[in-house]
Amino acid sequence: MSSRRWWDRAERLGGVLPARRLTATDGEWQQCAADVAAARGCLLALWSVDDVSGAGSRVRAAFAIEPGVLIVELAVDRGGAAYPGLESVYPCASRMQRAVFDLGGLRSTDPDRRPWLRHAAWPAGLHPLRDTRVRAAEGEPVHSGDVDRDSSGAANGARADDYAFVRVQGDGVHEIPVGPVHAGIIEPGHFRFSVVGEKVLRLEERLGYVHKGIERRFGELGLVDGHRLAARVSGDSAVAYSWAYCQALEGLAGCVIPPRAAWLRGLALEVERIANHLGDLGALGNDAGFAFGLAQFSRLKEHWLRTVSAAFGQRYLLDAVVPGGMGVDVAPETARALAAHSSQLAQEVHELRRIYEEHDGVRDRFAAAGCVAPELAARLGLIGLAGRASGHAFDVRVDWPCAPYDQLLPSVALRTQGDVAARVAVRFDELAESCRLVARIAGGLPGGAFRLEVVAPAAPSFGVGVVEGWRGPVLVALDAGPGGRVLRCHPHDPSWQNWPGLEHAIIGNIVPDFPLINKSFNLSYSGHDL
Amino acid sequence: MLRTLRQICSVGIVTEPMADGDESLRVRDALQERVRDVLGRALCVRHVDAGSCNGCELEIHAIANPIYNIEGAGIRFVASPRHADLLLVTGPVSAHMETALRRTYEAMPHPKLVVAIGDCGCTGGIFGESYASRGRVSNVLPVDVAVPGCPPSPARILQGILTAIGR
Repeated sequence: MSSRRWWDRAERLGGVLPARRLTATDGEWQQCAADVAAARGCLLALWSVDDVSGAGSRVRAAFAIEPGVLIVELAVDRGGAAYPGLESVYPCASRMQRAVFDLGGLRSTDPDRRPWLRHAAWPAGLHPLRDTRVRAAEGEPVHSGDVDRDSSGAANGARADDYAFVRVQGDGVHEIPVGPVHAGIIEPGHFRFSVVGEKVLRLEERLGYVHKGIERRFGELGLVDGHRLAARVSGDSAVAYSWAYCQALEGLAGCVIPPRAAWLRGLALEVERIANHLGDLGALGNDAGFAFGLAQFSRLKEHWLRTVSAAFGQRYLLDAVVPGGMGVDVAPETARALAAHSSQLAQEVHELRRIYEEHDGVRDRFAAAGCVAPELAARLGLIGLAGRASGHAFDVRVDWPCAPYDQLLPSVALRTQGDVAARVAVRFDELAESCRLVARIAGGLPGGAFRLEVVAPAAPSFGVGVVEGWRGPVLVALDAGPGGRVLRCHPHDPSWQNWPGLEHAIIGNIVPDFPLINKSFNLSYSGHDL
Repeated sequence: MLRTLRQICSVGIVTEPMADGDESLRVRDALQERVRDVLGRALCVRHVDAGSCNGCELEIHAIANPIYNIEGAGIRFVASPRHADLLLVTGPVSAHMETALRRTYEAMPHPKLVVAIGDCGCTGGIFGESYASRGRVSNVLPVDVAVPGCPPSPARILQGILTAIGR
């Protein structure tokens, strides 16, 4: 059965995003994934839901297929057998399934049963998304003198240090453990390199250090307040997350936002993309030994953020997107200033791009470093910016355009080499395109209201939002409960799919190239660890 | 090369004058005069993200840009806590980062100044305290200066650092 026939069978979900939902049996669950994969569709997310209202436990997968987002749902008997795992079709599903077990207690049939998001904060038998007993251990201090023992006795289960890394053995092979605290100003995570001399044979990531209970926190919030938490899942993608959350909420509530609100959201999203790409391009120059690049791009970024702040009242737009529209309107004169600045910025970036391209040292470090060839990228399910640098031309703004993108017709940036140079080139192309979009949006903002009231539905309902953040597609799946509460909200970062890609990208490269290769992906820890 | 030199010359020096500290950010009075005597005008800073959403990291990066130019004030970020006079902590402290944060603090030489950055570092923020979050930084370490904001601006972060060393 082709993926199209699953789509035709599925029930349409409300909202601007083309999205459908399907209930599958055990056999259909794996067959559907295989059909989607055969049609070159990708896995967007995998998570579980415990329905307190009696529908039981379910595991859900979201796929990106040509017509839209397909949500497939499988009922799982909690006391019964494990649900069929999807790792053989989508290798990136493995960590998602391990996280589903850590948080929700549903076990897949796939072989890797190591914990993923759970270190030592709660015991192995408990699952914070459904066990109230986890509350009993909340806030228990871990004393520094106890770090080499189970931190609060038997109750806290396995230590983080107990994690079973895959060992590489052979003459001259040794391990380099790095993190969780890194040498720079970056998020925490652990990397275990197995090397011979300087050459990396294998990298294994250990994440989950910044797990702060976001999904359970969502369940304590009202539907019309959840966007604030969504914006803080990964602060560098605040607009993408808060927009995806609002898209899900507005979809299930049947709210159609005014045109001005949609255009302002597009403006905010492109503003966020520009800021992040400017930061990355500077840092990439720096990691290639070209400090000039960091100085120039961080100057451009600072000036950009000041213009953004004048328009939106914030340098980073953590509270710009709200249910029903925007939390803030943009005045005509500051919109003009943004448009003018974006045009001037495009010229300055063009000049810096020529300098990067002409610099032998930079070119030498970028080219052929951290390569993920298109076939491997497709197999791993690489997505977003890193996917587009390895030949996967998927961009939510282009493939499922909703307002304002249906009228802007953005072009997709695409490279096929899959190396650091390709990820740099995609950033340069997207930066130029975003500058064009900002000038176009700021110059053509429709009039009218920028916000509507959203009335939360009385009956339990489900909605989904997907927005192309600067890193890739950000998905938010929202189950509305009774009384205007969030029953379950799952935010999903494209970093889930791309972290395993980084493990492959570094193979055969030398250890000193890791910072450069890592930065060329620049994945989110917070968005992944939740 | 010519293009690079032309760019450097045409941009010139963009650094702005530095603000002073702000005593309202101080939450603990620790040996202020002595700190200033010991450290003089140079300061080494170690940053630890203890559970941040990464928003605060973006603004901490910004204080090193040519406009705020923190290195011009004799302050630099160091890779090891053994070299650090001041610990800059972001985020609510996640349960999984508590040990690493404590170990970083213990590895520092005195005076072990601690500056908590952002609403989460100051109060636990929107994440609060839960099975996975210890909440504010001062629940885990003694905090000298706390800089609120979501995220705080680079100027406020700079003020927080300068306040901690009595400048």
